[in-house]
Amino acid sequence: MRWKFHIPLGLAIAFIVVAPAIFGSFTITLMNYIGIYAFAVLGLVLLTGVGGLTSFGQAAFVGIGAYATAWYTAVQGGSPWIGLLLALLLTSLVATVLGAATLRLGGHFLPLSTIAWGIAIFFLFGNIDAIGRYSGLSGIPAITVGPISLSGNVAMYCFIWGLLGIVMLLCRNLLDSRKGRAIRSLRGGIAMVESLAIDSFRMRLAVFVFAGMLAGLAGWLYAHMQRYVNPAPFDIRPSIELLLMALVGGAGHIAGAVVGAAVITLLKNTLQDVLPLFTRYSAQLEVVVFGVLFVVILQKARAGIVPMINRYLPRPPLALPAQVPPLARRARPIVSGQPVLTIHGTTKRFGALAAVNDVSFEVKAGEVLGLIGPNGAGKSTLLNLITGTAKADAGRIMFLDHDLTKLAPHHIAANGVARTFQHVKLRPNMTLLDNALLGTYSRTRSGFLAGAIRLDRNEEKSAQFEALQQLKRVGLGEKAAELAGNLPLGQQRLLEVARALAADPVVVILDEPAAGLRSLEKQILSQLLRTLRNEGMTIVLVEHDMEFVMNLVDRIVVMDFGSKLAEGIPADIRAEPRVQEAYLGGVA
Amino acid sequence: MTWEIALLLAQDGISTGAIYVLVALGIVLIFLVTRVIFVPFGDVVGYAALTVAALQLRQMPGTVWLVLTLAAIATVMEAYGLARRGQMHRVPKALLLYAVLPTIPAVLVWLAAGRDLPIWLGIALTLAIVMPISPLLYRIAFRPLADASVLVLLIIAVAVHFAMSGLALLYFGPEGFRSEPITGALFELGPITISGQSILIVASSVVFSFLLFLFFERTLAGKALRATAVNRVGARLVGILPSTTGATAFLLASALAGICGILIGPVTTLYYDSGFLIGLKAFVGAIIGGLVSYPAAAAGAIFVGLLESYAAFWYSALKEVFVFSALIPILIWQSFTSAGGIEEEIEEEEREGEA
Repeated sequence: MRWKFHIPLGLAIAFIVVAPAIFGSFTITLMNYIGIYAFAVLGLVLLTGVGGLTSFGQAAFVGIGAYATAWYTAVQGGSPWIGLLLALLLTSLVATVLGAATLRLGGHFLPLSTIAWGIAIFFLFGNIDAIGRYSGLSGIPAITVGPISLSGNVAMYCFIWGLLGIVMLLCRNLLDSRKGRAIRSLRGGIAMVESLAIDSFRMRLAVFVFAGMLAGLAGWLYAHMQRYVNPAPFDIRPSIELLLMALVGGAGHIAGAVVGAAVITLLKNTLQDVLPLFTRYSAQLEVVVFGVLFVVILQKARAGIVPMINRYLPRPPLALPAQVPPLARRARPIVSGQPVLTIHGTTKRFGALAAVNDVSFEVKAGEVLGLIGPNGAGKSTLLNLITGTAKADAGRIMFLDHDLTKLAPHHIAANGVARTFQHVKLRPNMTLLDNALLGTYSRTRSGFLAGAIRLDRNEEKSAQFEALQQLKRVGLGEKAAELAGNLPLGQQRLLEVARALAADPVVVILDEPAAGLRSLEKQILSQLLRTLRNEGMTIVLVEHDMEFVMNLVDRIVVMDFGSKLAEGIPADIRAEPRVQEAYLGGVA
Repeated sequence: MTWEIALLLAQDGISTGAIYVLVALGIVLIFLVTRVIFVPFGDVVGYAALTVAALQLRQMPGTVWLVLTLAAIATVMEAYGLARRGQMHRVPKALLLYAVLPTIPAVLVWLAAGRDLPIWLGIALTLAIVMPISPLLYRIAFRPLADASVLVLLIIAVAVHFAMSGLALLYFGPEGFRSEPITGALFELGPITISGQSILIVASSVVFSFLLFLFFERTLAGKALRATAVNRVGARLVGILPSTTGATAFLLASALAGICGILIGPVTTLYYDSGFLIGLKAFVGAIIGGLVSYPAAAAGAIFVGLLESYAAFWYSALKEVFVFSALIPILIWQSFTSAGGIEEEIEEEEREGEA
């Protein structure tokens, strides 16, 4: 009975459809504004709630869109539809430049610079003669669709809410696709994102530009509904109000955009009626109220309204994928015993400390290589160098015939090197299936557009099937629909292994996979790694559980104080006096 | 442009820049210790300047009501928190810190307002009443979320700024104020005349930057602040309370903001919302310094002052556009010169309260 999960949505749509028949002109105008804000807020939902970035300049993007079409239609006498293209083009251009400048830096540089440039653009609007300086531009024509002019209140209402419905549907589809999953994974550190072959910088840029375009679309609608633009609605204060809408509604949810826009617009409307009774500076007191409201919401209810409501609604069960054509496997042109990874004279210094000092060894195709050593020996740093998370100061790291030394982590991952992390990196608010699906990113191709209009369904089903298979392999198949954050630590490690396997890697690098696992889970993992080796996968393993290592691996490299101490088969390593000394502090 | 004008603009830019230096130092200080990007800093500067002006005009500065309101909210929050944790024995100390201490300067200013005050007394009272503002804001708005991400703290800071600037309009009205210069001296230096006020600004900037340096280098409290900045968890392990260092940082910053407001009051006409722009420009300076280094932030702030001064000469209306747009090439440059390693990134996991 899937229909009952759609009752709230159905009611909302029914309300919007019948609204023009019930409400008067004032309310419809108010709802038009809510709809227009919802476009801009939707951009912030994707940016802030989903992507983990924030912009204090969203209203400035709305302004760019509004002014672009206002100038083109009112001053140049052009068509609003060309004005729309211009609005989208200009907002995406500005967003690209700003994003390219700030998205490589730390997380707070983007919001900070958006404050600065949001103000700059307000002054710019107010000082350009061609767009009417502070008095703005009037005489903007209404939008026409074929023979119908959207100059009327209700006509505009239908257009705005119809368009909003379509855009929200596209966004929902997008978030449920390959690229959308990548966007959802951006929040919470990029080391994991990059290790999945996702170019985190480009993904952030894409979200930022997309959010800007949604704002541009809002600006276009705004200009043609108001038929007049001036700089004031695009200052920094309206930007903050848009952000407040996103947070109130529920920054992680598409529906939050509409809910937030409606709540704040109605609240603002009420305040404008009530506050003048108390003070002649009602506009300023409104700002104070919003400021305080903001702080209270962030302190007490950071998730917003939509998640609060969602808690009381039934959740549709996860439809697990049936038997479908599998994803294509990676080409693996490797003879057993041929070197897959070659670490050659690699050195990494942190200040005066050489964490990895002139280390060389080879990893051969189809073997399980154990990398052991006391704490602080440089094992994890070496793994970070191989996977590109850290850059070596000297030496070369080759993977087949690719030089990995200078490559970005997502390129290395795309080449077929998958990894897990010593400190588990998952997305606790995503399901196990989604977490595992992230691993298939490098094996799938669907882009943003394909995701938004659902051309990706066949590939998506295959990817889901693959992810589920890997979950089953590590013993988590039953829990596929649960949130990853609810797993105990040991199973979170296994989930990381499943995610790595979903990438169908040539080499899989496991950083302490058995830590925190119970005895039975260790046996399952050990058995799984043996199966993988038999299938021709190459495995590099850092592990402290010596029993686990000695029973599993083909060869061992021992590190101590950043240098390679010994290399050989487990029996030899066990007998090696220098290794005993490193571990036990001298036997003799 | 003749070189006389160029010199004039340079001295103007340097004295504005010197103000931005103090603001930028305060911003970097708060950011490093508490990870809060304290956007309302400029508002505190504005409150200080308007308080001086109001006292000189023998009016009651609204700062009194602001401080009393903040103190009341903070006291209630603190007392409620302590009561809920059953730590009633700590309530008297909390009352002293959050109710009594901020009320003293408020009462003093309330008593002094409307009288003819010597200039130094007005300044001293202003400094005294501005001091509690930032620590109280910290207690009310930021400390409950001390472990949230930089982003959430930044959003809160922006919200606090809006509340502060709205209140400033309520308290001071929309008129502009300019306070009396602290010194009316003029110095002839070749072809240009330098006002004593400018020299005072630059000298104060140098002196207070140096005092800040001494504080960090020579005092235990300063070292505790530095330790918190380097590693919050580590600092906690050796017994440094992040909430204490946070309050100290905000107190210091409040003092810096008060000094800035007192210095800038006589130089330009200030409105209830002027502080925000001052703060933002100092921000641009601090960002040029990467938000991590005090000397770099100071150099950045001077640069912003000069840029603003020259931009105002050429395109007065667009000077803000120039200053804020300068940020973009600077950020591009920084993003290509920064180390770019992702391993040192602080992973900020935000667990939402949803089921």
